[in-house]
Amino acid sequence: MSKKNDAFGFETRAIHAGASPDPVTGARSTPIYQTTSYVFDDVDHAASLFNLQTFGYIYSRITNPTVAVLEERVANLEGGRGAVACASGHAAQLLAFFSLMEPGAEFVSSRNLYGGSITQFQHTFAKFDWHVHFVDPQEPENFRKALTPKCKAIFAEMLTNPTGIVIDLEAIASIAHEAGIPFIVDNTCASPYLCRPLEWGADIVVHSMTKFLSGHGTSMGGIVVESGKFDWGQNDKFPSMTQPDPAYHGLTFYETFGDFGYTMKTRAVALRDLGPSLAPLNAFLILTGIETLPLRMERHVANAGRVAEFLAGHPAVAWVAYAGLRSSPYHELARKYLPRGCGAVFTFGVKGGYEAGIKVVESVEVFSHLANVGDTRSLILHPASTTHRQLSDEQRVAAGAGPDVIRLSIGLETADDLIRDLDQALAAATRKSREAAE
Amino acid sequence: MSDSIDRENYSDDYILDILKNNRIVAMVGASPNWVRPSYFAMKYLQSKGYRVIPVNPAAAGEEILGEKAYASLSDIPVKIDIVDIFRKSDAVPPIVDEAIAIGAKVVWMQLGVRHEGAAAKAEAAGLRVVMNRCMKIEFGRLSGELSWSGINAGVISSRRRKLIA
Repeated sequence: MSKKNDAFGFETRAIHAGASPDPVTGARSTPIYQTTSYVFDDVDHAASLFNLQTFGYIYSRITNPTVAVLEERVANLEGGRGAVACASGHAAQLLAFFSLMEPGAEFVSSRNLYGGSITQFQHTFAKFDWHVHFVDPQEPENFRKALTPKCKAIFAEMLTNPTGIVIDLEAIASIAHEAGIPFIVDNTCASPYLCRPLEWGADIVVHSMTKFLSGHGTSMGGIVVESGKFDWGQNDKFPSMTQPDPAYHGLTFYETFGDFGYTMKTRAVALRDLGPSLAPLNAFLILTGIETLPLRMERHVANAGRVAEFLAGHPAVAWVAYAGLRSSPYHELARKYLPRGCGAVFTFGVKGGYEAGIKVVESVEVFSHLANVGDTRSLILHPASTTHRQLSDEQRVAAGAGPDVIRLSIGLETADDLIRDLDQALAAATRKSREAAE
Repeated sequence: MSDSIDRENYSDDYILDILKNNRIVAMVGASPNWVRPSYFAMKYLQSKGYRVIPVNPAAAGEEILGEKAYASLSDIPVKIDIVDIFRKSDAVPPIVDEAIAIGAKVVWMQLGVRHEGAAAKAEAAGLRVVMNRCMKIEFGRLSGELSWSGINAGVISSRRRKLIA
């Protein structure tokens, strides 16, 4: 079939991209290549592989056939050129920055991130002498104002976790490009079914595949996807891409691999030397999850809409922050960037603050009280006492994780059951706070 | 091929036909330096059964990867199918003129190399043209090998992938 790839629909690509039948056995499902290493034909073949002069497998820390199918699948769904999968979303962030940053380098990031990312950027990255400037992402100009000559990237989450802010992708991408640096978007909460940031000017997309891509709460995984459109040679900010690499016998990645040079660099140096490779079994489970991504996201969105409407009308609820609600300040941006829906992760405020919040999460029977999102199961969390616990009070409020905030990740159960469960939990929390008041 | 090609948006069939039916490549700008992209491409294409003859005035008479290098296309004593150009875009026209003169069937310009005028001239003379693509990457992409590195080959198929033979 000579039809061009982009002529195939998303659903077809979610099932087929990267996964032609095994050339040797004809196995139709992607086999789990549970092997650490691969034989060389001869010494010259080995040398060609180590030098990156030929395509092929050496060692599963760097490449693995099952993982490669997943990489191509996600690259395809995001409309990217190539991708590097790794052990977790956190590893994906580390790898994505490793190919851009040098000691002393800086970047500007949205302050509305998953709590663990804030900690990673602020404290752990500082040990590499990389420094972050956090800004409120609701005003794109904030990113421009925070840029310094040492900045190598702008980073933001699309559909921020947990606050559900919809960022203006196009505007922020222009600011990054005017500064000659790439725009990195964490697309975990939207998934490529709901939003494809590369189509709006982003240059690199990262995911925690642990969430909606996998979709079943079974497997950790992360991925870095490159658009192939960023010109690394436009300035001297990215020596790691444009200068001979001493970690690779003087190879110049951008010149040698062109529009997938960043992917090759991220794999051949960052993944190779930092080592957070993805297990083949996890890649298989995530691939299986992605096959049903379109169906699942439709139902996640439909269920989330039902639950959000219910909460918005509940007397024990102070507010609901779901971009899918007409009352949301992000409704207009959501119509532009998320026409198929605003995902299934959102927050609400329970009247009665910290104590009431804890009572709600301890009273649910169908929702699971745990720290994850994007599962078939509905999940509930009180960020102030869990994921965002390590932040200061001020940071917590800025990140949308204040004392009364409850985060939901709406799963694929019967919507009425989810509503009934929250209703009884809110009743229990209200009873409790009324007793406390008496 | 008389129908005009949508330049730089070549169909997979067009590229595949070129890769399958032409085996002798003159690589203009082939480098003896083993970390240069042309060296990578030459070594890879050799391993896939192509004969690659280097053209590089600075290396003329020397051997690169077991093949004698020539100063120009017209010095090569064997018939050339594909002229693969690893030079800057503005160096392309005289190379294309020579490619036409020696009866090559295809002019292939590497990633980042483009010359509309030279491409039109080559096509008018009956040659087929590919611009801004890498032969190694295209071979890898259409044979499935590029996908081994997590690159989006843009191929959707329910048939077993076969190496180009």
